[in-house]
Amino acid sequence: MFAYIVRRLLFAIPILIGVNLITFALFFMVNTPDDMARAQLGAKQTTPEMIQAWKEDRGYDKPLFINLQASGHGTITQTLFVQESVKLFSFDFGQSDSGRQISADIYERMWPSLAIALPTFIIGLVTNIAIALLIVLFRGSTLDKVTMAVAVAIMSVSGLFYIIAGQVLFSKMWHWVPISGYAEGLDGFRFLILPVLIGVFAGIGAGTRWYRSIFLEEINKDYVRTARAKGLSEIKVLFGHVLQNGLLPILTGVVVVIPTLFMGSLIMESFFGIPGLGSYTIDAIRSQDFGIVKAMVFLGSVLYIIGLILTDISYTYFDPRVKLS
Amino acid sequence: MIIDGITPVFLWTDLMIWFLFALLIIGVVQIRKDQQKAQQWRSVFESKTAIAAALVLLFYFMVALADSIHFKVDPKQTAVNKTMISGLDMLFSHLSENSERTYSAPFALNEYSSSVVFTESGDVAQEYLPLKHVIQDLNGDSTLLYVLQQSSWAMMISLILLVVFMVFHGYQKFKALAHSKNRDSSKSLPWGTFYLTLFSISFIMGWLYILSFDFHVLGTNKVGEDVFYQSLKSIRTGVIIGGLTTLVMLPLALALGISAGYFKGWIDDVIQYLYTTLNSIPGVLLIAAAVLVMQSIMTTNADWFGSNEERADMRLLFLIFILGMTSWTGLCRLLRAETLKISQIEYVTAAKAFGLKPITIIRRHIYPNLVHLILIALVLDFSGLVLAEAVLSYVGVGVDPITPSWGNMINQARLEMAREPMVWWSLFSAFCFMFILVLAANLFADRVQWVLNPKNEK
Repeated sequence: MFAYIVRRLLFAIPILIGVNLITFALFFMVNTPDDMARAQLGAKQTTPEMIQAWKEDRGYDKPLFINLQASGHGTITQTLFVQESVKLFSFDFGQSDSGRQISADIYERMWPSLAIALPTFIIGLVTNIAIALLIVLFRGSTLDKVTMAVAVAIMSVSGLFYIIAGQVLFSKMWHWVPISGYAEGLDGFRFLILPVLIGVFAGIGAGTRWYRSIFLEEINKDYVRTARAKGLSEIKVLFGHVLQNGLLPILTGVVVVIPTLFMGSLIMESFFGIPGLGSYTIDAIRSQDFGIVKAMVFLGSVLYIIGLILTDISYTYFDPRVKLS
Repeated sequence: MIIDGITPVFLWTDLMIWFLFALLIIGVVQIRKDQQKAQQWRSVFESKTAIAAALVLLFYFMVALADSIHFKVDPKQTAVNKTMISGLDMLFSHLSENSERTYSAPFALNEYSSSVVFTESGDVAQEYLPLKHVIQDLNGDSTLLYVLQQSSWAMMISLILLVVFMVFHGYQKFKALAHSKNRDSSKSLPWGTFYLTLFSISFIMGWLYILSFDFHVLGTNKVGEDVFYQSLKSIRTGVIIGGLTTLVMLPLALALGISAGYFKGWIDDVIQYLYTTLNSIPGVLLIAAAVLVMQSIMTTNADWFGSNEERADMRLLFLIFILGMTSWTGLCRLLRAETLKISQIEYVTAAKAFGLKPITIIRRHIYPNLVHLILIALVLDFSGLVLAEAVLSYVGVGVDPITPSWGNMINQARLEMAREPMVWWSLFSAFCFMFILVLAANLFADRVQWVLNPKNEK
């Protein structure tokens, strides 16, 4: 098991190097440090000296890939690419345009993101599975058809609309919960309940359809027929056998999402004024703070790769048929 | 409106959407030739929801096409400062060239908020100013009565359209009956649903169009532009993003997916590495990063573009390419897996043994077995992309702010909902237009997937 995990971790390295190359190409080659300096300092009255000073200040004055002025292995290491890559891989994201440490900001903003993403994920999962099981129990009936029609309708509405409608109804008109904001601890409950409920509701359409198809596939298998032939009631068949076996593809399918929960949700946090990583990213995109966007791209990839590895491990853990090789 | 002295302009996205249209026509002709495929597609339309959804999609596509013929105009001669107008603008010139001062509610005759005016006697008063471009004299009738009177026209027009279609259809049927000896035994298509949908679309749109001469049927926005016209203009953006993105990424996904599955070995490793890497970057962030970089290039090279419209079009085109670059991975993986499976089958081995070139084997034996996957991906991705446009516009990395789009409308509406009293009609219109398109696309996609997927037993 240990050797397997180590090997999977080694596989992650070339992928991260690839991600690093893509972000480097986007942020330093297409959009050169000169362009960045000009955008930062303002287009008007920027002298070459000012641009040079700005680049030196950030260490952007080195050549991109090969430094002919340096000697020895310095031709490779004293370059923008290596310097930036080393910083990224040691999770040193540098400073944002407002002069704050990005790594510290990320650590601080991770928890509000998690406070909203984790409940949405868990409640959503349980709700979707429950609804899917219920309509599989009544498959082919009018209830099934109506629920599926409603699910398609829920899927067809933009998530933005749910948020705006929810805020108007529950906060502005009925004053049940505050319109936006965040607080630490138990006090934060009243701020979190609306975004979590909206997040769960918006996901019901797609989730229910997916889980229903998984359970339906499971229900046509031979062991289900055997269970029925033993004389088990349909409910016992469903909860005792189908749910257990259906949970396997569901769990291994959602494991990949779990690490990325830290990243938060862009629009949800921004609408509800939650100081998490989602709103951090969206603010950075709007103010064109390349440092933060770069850090978030890298962090997102790392978390996704962790998710992939966890998926592989969960397969072997939950499914005894899969052997490590 | 200026008719004389106009020359057609071809924007990049115009050319692409007409190209898509040409592909559709070619596809239909090909399908009609092939009896097996024709039967398959016929069974797609045997479902009532599918035929209704297809008709709605066709309507949206037609509006997008009408909005994709552009003509150059002299900006001094138009009331609004535009350098080009489209075919749709000509139909709606009464709305595109006349705008109010600010917000007004649907069917309102006065502005939504009161303004300070000086009366003749020199006093200051709060008044709801009358709108400029609505019917001025109702002859003492109420708005409701007038609207009802006008509705009869819409009813008449859509009934005439319905009868024309029915007569044409009846004639076709009669001809087929007279000429063919063996009667067609296959299930008849749900024509009732077809006509009902046709009637609904033409009645609602005709009604809104007729009344749009006398009222702002869906109100006006902050700068006094007609919301109905805005929503219609947004259709083009939605259809382009939903339809063209998949088209853009298709060659890449096909080429890489098939070569990975067919050649295996190091080619497979490289391609797998490529899409795992791209996949690992969160989609929105990759799009945001690329759009940000593009924006800063565009601002430093502002002289590349002749007009604002051209710049906005370039940005839309670029957005399609970025969305394509981030979304090819899913289809590529699917095609790779399917190609792997197909190349194990005996007839491919036989073809190899005969010494056929790989390109011939792929073209003759592998590609035809992948077509259903491509079609399913095309229709399945459509609705997701239309919804994604709204989110991207909200984040600030979507289409240009001057491009009419539902995302931009929802984005504006966010502040309008916080106003007191609420301005709800922008959000409502964007929601309705978007919901109908996405719902139709989802329903149609479900049916296409159901019929074309060979795994489903019918």
